[in-house]
Amino acid sequence: MSTAEFDDVKIEDVQELEKEIAMRGTASATEMEARDVSVWFGKRKVLEGVSIAFPKNTVTALIGPSGCGKSTFIRTLNRLHELIPSAALAGEVLYEGNDIYAPEVDPVHIRLKIGMVFQKPNPFPSMTIRGNVLSGLKLSGLKRSNHDDIVEHTLKAAGLWNEVKDRLNHAAGDLSGGQQQRLVIARALAVNPSVLLMDEPCSALDPGSTLKIEETIRELSSEITIIIVTHNMQQAVRVADNTAFFLSTDGTPGHVIEQGPTTEIFGNPQDQRTLDYVNGRFG
Amino acid sequence: MSSTETEFRDLQSAATSHRGDRVFNRIITAAAFTALIVLAGITIFLGFQAVPVLQTQGIDFLTTSIWDPPNYGIWGMLYGSLLLSIIALVIAVPTSLLLSVFMVFLAPNSVAKVLTNLVDLMAAIPSVILGLWAFYVLSPVSEQWQALLNQYLGWIPIFQNSSGNFSGTPFTAGFILAIMMIPIVTSVTREVLGRTPPELINAAEALGCSMWTMLRYVALPYGRGGLVGGVMLGLGRALGETIAVFFVLKIVFDPVNYYNIIESGGGSVATLIVSKFGEASGPYETQLLLAAGFFLFMGTLLVNVVANLIVNRTGRLKS
Repeated sequence: MSTAEFDDVKIEDVQELEKEIAMRGTASATEMEARDVSVWFGKRKVLEGVSIAFPKNTVTALIGPSGCGKSTFIRTLNRLHELIPSAALAGEVLYEGNDIYAPEVDPVHIRLKIGMVFQKPNPFPSMTIRGNVLSGLKLSGLKRSNHDDIVEHTLKAAGLWNEVKDRLNHAAGDLSGGQQQRLVIARALAVNPSVLLMDEPCSALDPGSTLKIEETIRELSSEITIIIVTHNMQQAVRVADNTAFFLSTDGTPGHVIEQGPTTEIFGNPQDQRTLDYVNGRFG
Repeated sequence: MSSTETEFRDLQSAATSHRGDRVFNRIITAAAFTALIVLAGITIFLGFQAVPVLQTQGIDFLTTSIWDPPNYGIWGMLYGSLLLSIIALVIAVPTSLLLSVFMVFLAPNSVAKVLTNLVDLMAAIPSVILGLWAFYVLSPVSEQWQALLNQYLGWIPIFQNSSGNFSGTPFTAGFILAIMMIPIVTSVTREVLGRTPPELINAAEALGCSMWTMLRYVALPYGRGGLVGGVMLGLGRALGETIAVFFVLKIVFDPVNYYNIIESGGGSVATLIVSKFGEASGPYETQLLLAAGFFLFMGTLLVNVVANLIVNRTGRLKS
């Protein structure tokens, strides 16, 4: 082995080590992290090499045109992805520094710590408003004694308490779409998660309800980490600390073109495609 | 009066609607009424037969259990139909539910498809074939099962048997009815469970629940109406089934077998009719059998109404 080669190896090692140290330095501040995540449905690769870190108690927006794999990606973060037959995954997803796909990890436990809100409001129609809020506890078998406190606290956090406090025993299906979505947020919060995934939570809602949900997101972000998929550029600007731009062109798997503080992505994007997208030139 | 001032425009009359739609409308309405007319026709025909029977036999026709001229009473048969249906339900409903849960939520697509076809095929087996099968194959085996039930669970009243004769029992008849119900109930429950909105399943999964809790709190409550409907369809077949039961059940009028399901002898209105019709002694006995048919028909309606009430009462939230 020549000296030059020896030096090369050494330099790489040092770089690797520096990276490691840098990561450890931020470990306390990073709630979740995706490392080189690739996703397949059957033989079709839909996501390639996605690495994003989600700092604790921040809001991260995932933006990009339809079909770029944002929703698929967000579903890998709480192991819902694996419930689709033929789904496959490579890479790592770390939650509090631990790989959530490690064989000893119970996916149920992960889904309780990493809650999710979907595009379409999906309260359980056969349950009351109160029943819906508490359904996470019931479904997962968690035991809590202070049910009334949980209902009040989470409905307040979701900005719904004043509208429903007098009719907690009414059917959840009677609420408006925006109210249902906030009820679903309260339901997700009731199991006390530390991360909340939101997959286009406002796409089915009117502007007024959207604003209320955005307020809720801002308020919640002081306590939990939020990752939100959105098609609404203004929404990303309004609520997100960080933004990642996904793109899939001509049938290639989706990947992250650019990521960073929201102000940078929208104010000073480094990639032409990001600039075009955030200015509404495509997508 | 405002109605004198406001002149409403004609929105509904035929003059304003499309002609093709009008014709189509009439045809559909006529078709819909055909079902009602047939139902009414049967009710009236059977009712007319039942009136003279009630005049001669009185209420005893419904409350006593005897078929011995000049006294006739079908209580034992009516009760027997109910008992057989309950036995069939107890066996068929859990089996069908498990089968459809497997097909909808667990089985790979290819397996589910094959199973679906097999189950649908099962529904196509003529009941006389099932009856013959029950007579030659099921009955001897069933007698052994019943002997075991009696031996180990004999302390439960329903599994008591004092005669030692395990043939021609309500249990075997209920079992063959269950086999006939399973394809119908499975077909409907599979369809209903398959329609659980994916977003509700998503919601349950995202809340970290297991398969069982998802079924218990999401899929089953969501499909409640449809599931009960499926069971009712199956029950309809059980109540009206004639031939299969005829092969395996020993018809006994007196004493009425109330709950000893593995004791030889029981009743079923439909089977009574088929077994007596060919050898009816005269027009009066035929009339008696038709009257029995009328009350079977009424009983079936009653069961349906009660089931609907149950569905509407339970778990309905106030709006």
